[in-house]
Amino acid sequence: MKKIIRLTVNNEEHQLAVEPNQTLLDMLRDQLGLTGAKKGCEMGECGACTVIMDGITVNSCLVLAMQANGKRITTIEGLETEQGLHPIQKAFIEKGAIQCGFCTSGMILSAKVLLDKNPKPTEEEIRSALSGNLCRCTGYQKIVEAVQSVSEDDVGPARQES
Amino acid sequence: MSQYNVIGTRAPRVDAPDKATGRAVFVDDMKMPGMLFGALLQSPYAHARIRGIDVSAAKRLPGVKAVVTAKEAGLVRFGVSPARYDETLFCSDKVRHVGDNVAAVAAVDLETAMEAVSLIKVDYEELPAVFTIEEALADGAPLVHEEYPRNICAEVHQEFGDVEAAFKECDLIKTSSLTSKLQNCAFLEPQACIAFYDHWGSLTLYTSTQTPHYVQRTVAMVLGLPVGKVRVVKPYTGGGFGAKASASHLELAACLLSMKAGKPVKMRFDREQVFWHGRSRHQFFHTMTTGVKKDGTILALKNECYLNGGAYCSFGIATVYYAGSLLGGPYKLPNMKYDGYRLYTNLPASGAQRGHGGVIARSCWEQQLDMIAEELGMDPIELRLKNVMTAGDVTCNDLNMSSLGMKEAIEVVRDASDWNNKKGKLPKGKGIGMACGFFVSGAGYPIYRSDTYHCTVVVKLAEDGGTAVVYTASAEIGQGSDTTFAMIAAEALGVPLEMVRVESGDTDFGVDLGAYSSRQTLMTGQATKEAAEDAKRQVLEVLSKELNIPVEDMDIKNGLVVFKNTKPDFTALRTRYQKEHRGWIDNPGAEEELSFREASRIAYLARGTIVGTGKYRPPELGGKFKGAAVGTSPAYGCSAQVAEVSVDEGTGKITVEKMVDAHDCGRAINRTSVEGQMQGSISMALGEALFEEVKFDDKGRILNADLAEYKIPTILDMPKVDARIVESNEPNGPFGAKEVGEGNIVPTIAAILNAVYDAIGVRIHELPLTPERVYLALQEYKNKSKTKS
Repeated sequence: MKKIIRLTVNNEEHQLAVEPNQTLLDMLRDQLGLTGAKKGCEMGECGACTVIMDGITVNSCLVLAMQANGKRITTIEGLETEQGLHPIQKAFIEKGAIQCGFCTSGMILSAKVLLDKNPKPTEEEIRSALSGNLCRCTGYQKIVEAVQSVSEDDVGPARQES
Repeated sequence: MSQYNVIGTRAPRVDAPDKATGRAVFVDDMKMPGMLFGALLQSPYAHARIRGIDVSAAKRLPGVKAVVTAKEAGLVRFGVSPARYDETLFCSDKVRHVGDNVAAVAAVDLETAMEAVSLIKVDYEELPAVFTIEEALADGAPLVHEEYPRNICAEVHQEFGDVEAAFKECDLIKTSSLTSKLQNCAFLEPQACIAFYDHWGSLTLYTSTQTPHYVQRTVAMVLGLPVGKVRVVKPYTGGGFGAKASASHLELAACLLSMKAGKPVKMRFDREQVFWHGRSRHQFFHTMTTGVKKDGTILALKNECYLNGGAYCSFGIATVYYAGSLLGGPYKLPNMKYDGYRLYTNLPASGAQRGHGGVIARSCWEQQLDMIAEELGMDPIELRLKNVMTAGDVTCNDLNMSSLGMKEAIEVVRDASDWNNKKGKLPKGKGIGMACGFFVSGAGYPIYRSDTYHCTVVVKLAEDGGTAVVYTASAEIGQGSDTTFAMIAAEALGVPLEMVRVESGDTDFGVDLGAYSSRQTLMTGQATKEAAEDAKRQVLEVLSKELNIPVEDMDIKNGLVVFKNTKPDFTALRTRYQKEHRGWIDNPGAEEELSFREASRIAYLARGTIVGTGKYRPPELGGKFKGAAVGTSPAYGCSAQVAEVSVDEGTGKITVEKMVDAHDCGRAINRTSVEGQMQGSISMALGEALFEEVKFDDKGRILNADLAEYKIPTILDMPKVDARIVESNEPNGPFGAKEVGEGNIVPTIAAILNAVYDAIGVRIHELPLTPERVYLALQEYKNKSKTKS
């Protein structure tokens, strides 16, 4: 039996009818067409489905759509603005932090939550913040370098204008 | 400094912006109108006779559109090597492993399809099963395939030179062994596909694969369709590493269901099914004996190997050959004997995984070389430098090292790791170790016996003149091949990278054997270069006629026509171009050089669409002995690595603290991508060395078919990898390039094993190096030392 939920996704309000057993991941992918969050394991192990819910990262395969009622969700599709790509997205592209791309959305969102709270993290803090996101391609080094390169810049909303 | 404008740079990948924004489309992101969802019925038993299948209840379930079993699928046998086509789409007589495929359903949604699968009644008669090498080989053991006595799927017996005679000349002969565990490629994207069979009788399969070409052939063969009616398209693919290098039951079932239901059918593996499908690294049991002279000269190697193959052959024939042939280099080895056996067991089939067949063999031998160095009182690096091959050397099994920066790579890691100040001098519990390895830059022969080109490439210049499109059936699976071919085409055509677009992964674009055996950079790269040069030649021929200048007096560089002698008056050409583009704001200014865009437009006006074609097929390679093809390649990449580890003697936990890695990839096309391959392959090997193991219960059921308990390295497990590119100029590669994707995984495990010994003084001959195994080895060593004293 479907129920109506209201939530904000990438700064847009939505009212959606969802099944009680439907995951946030399926809702984002199937109902909103936001396929940047990936299905890698459906058990909360790989982090490919990571999205931001009320400022913290969640594995959207472990969150029921109904639990997202009233929440603010940011997916990878919500990072690009009229000013262009988010600095973390730019850094991932420039530093070669992307190979197959299946983990990339989750990695970038985990990095964003870290940098929003802690603009100049140590390498250890970066590794700790991204430890829930598996990558089988890169060996993680260029991902760490990409996040470091952003944190080395002056972090803040103004940086996009410059 | 560089003679090239695009090659050798750190250009960002062409697919990175789409992947960074979530726009890149993988198969599971796709939908088609009227699309159905498929599900597989897989065996709960490791070995059982099928006495009957009742699908009536499944068929009656509302929403079910098709149910298929062996009855509908037929019994066309397929596999990887035509010599061992031992699989059918669905089992008919018996199932051979837990997860073996029995039936499939297509329905209006996945839930209905799964419910229907649960309604299929299979009458099984459980049979005794074999899971280990010993069980498989035991007298009177149940047979996995009746036609293979003693469960031997394949065996290899090779001898080059005379090993026994050589041993008589040796001052030191050493025997040791290494055992590994079943691996899983554990790519992040589970296999998925959408098949659509249309009313014209054409089948299109969108699938997550490394090898669209082989999938196309297998689908056509198994389902009885003309190859030309089957189109396989690979969207973005989330890693492969070997397990996606052949057609799967998932793909075949989706195709059959679509043919039956007349609608598109989507299917995907969940993570558990990825493990049941397997097709990753075998479990190996190597025993080796090496003989050397007192000065360290290696004279002979005797290598015996048993592979636990699982229920089907998959890539296994190639694997069992590679486990011998890839020891022919990179050291001078005049005598080599190999006996290899691949056994059928009632486990999921093993296949190919990064460093195919060569990884555990190399790990065993490089650990043994360290043991030999110690007994000879030689530094391990000195021993290796003493024996190392150089460009032009040919191995005893006829592999030609047309370029080989092995010596340079060893010297680079020795110096970069500060080896001379660290080896044997680190505090207790800390250690340093090194190893080397090499790998093919593309298998010398296709999987099926054929004179086919290994790849064909088309470079089409847009009729407008401004863009070159590269059409290739090669597979971008994350390694960066689209970017590599865009860079090669740009360089060969003489245009900036932004003017090139790559369309890949579609069998309609030509033949390409795909992303396996580290073949695409060299092979597809050669074909791309040839196609781009062909297109450029055609443009210059038209210019030659228009301007009355010989073709050889012109070139195209950086998007501009270069006149090597006097610059002609090309005003008439420019005027023609500009007249066609009245009102356009980006027309070339009067003083500017003649551009590629103008020249290729003029060429189109003279000749119609300009299409350059390229193709590549290696020359005849290798010796004449049985199995000589496996290991042949137009070129070999090689690497040397130094690992630094610390071992907690209280818990047995190993931490890899640093890796220094030097790889000879020929000329690096994209330096960032080369480093990415080096760092990524080290992470896969580190997982295999320290914790990866697919575990089974006594019924052949996987205990850890998930990414929580099958542990791959996280970002916290990975040390800093100091990746050093060693460039040789490979004569058989495009712009001198060769492989990096697999060769670099080969030395890592041995480097770690050797570092662990340096840290704790204990040799461990079984992988993975879990804390438990290391702790017990330490205890055993201490007990032994006590009883001795």
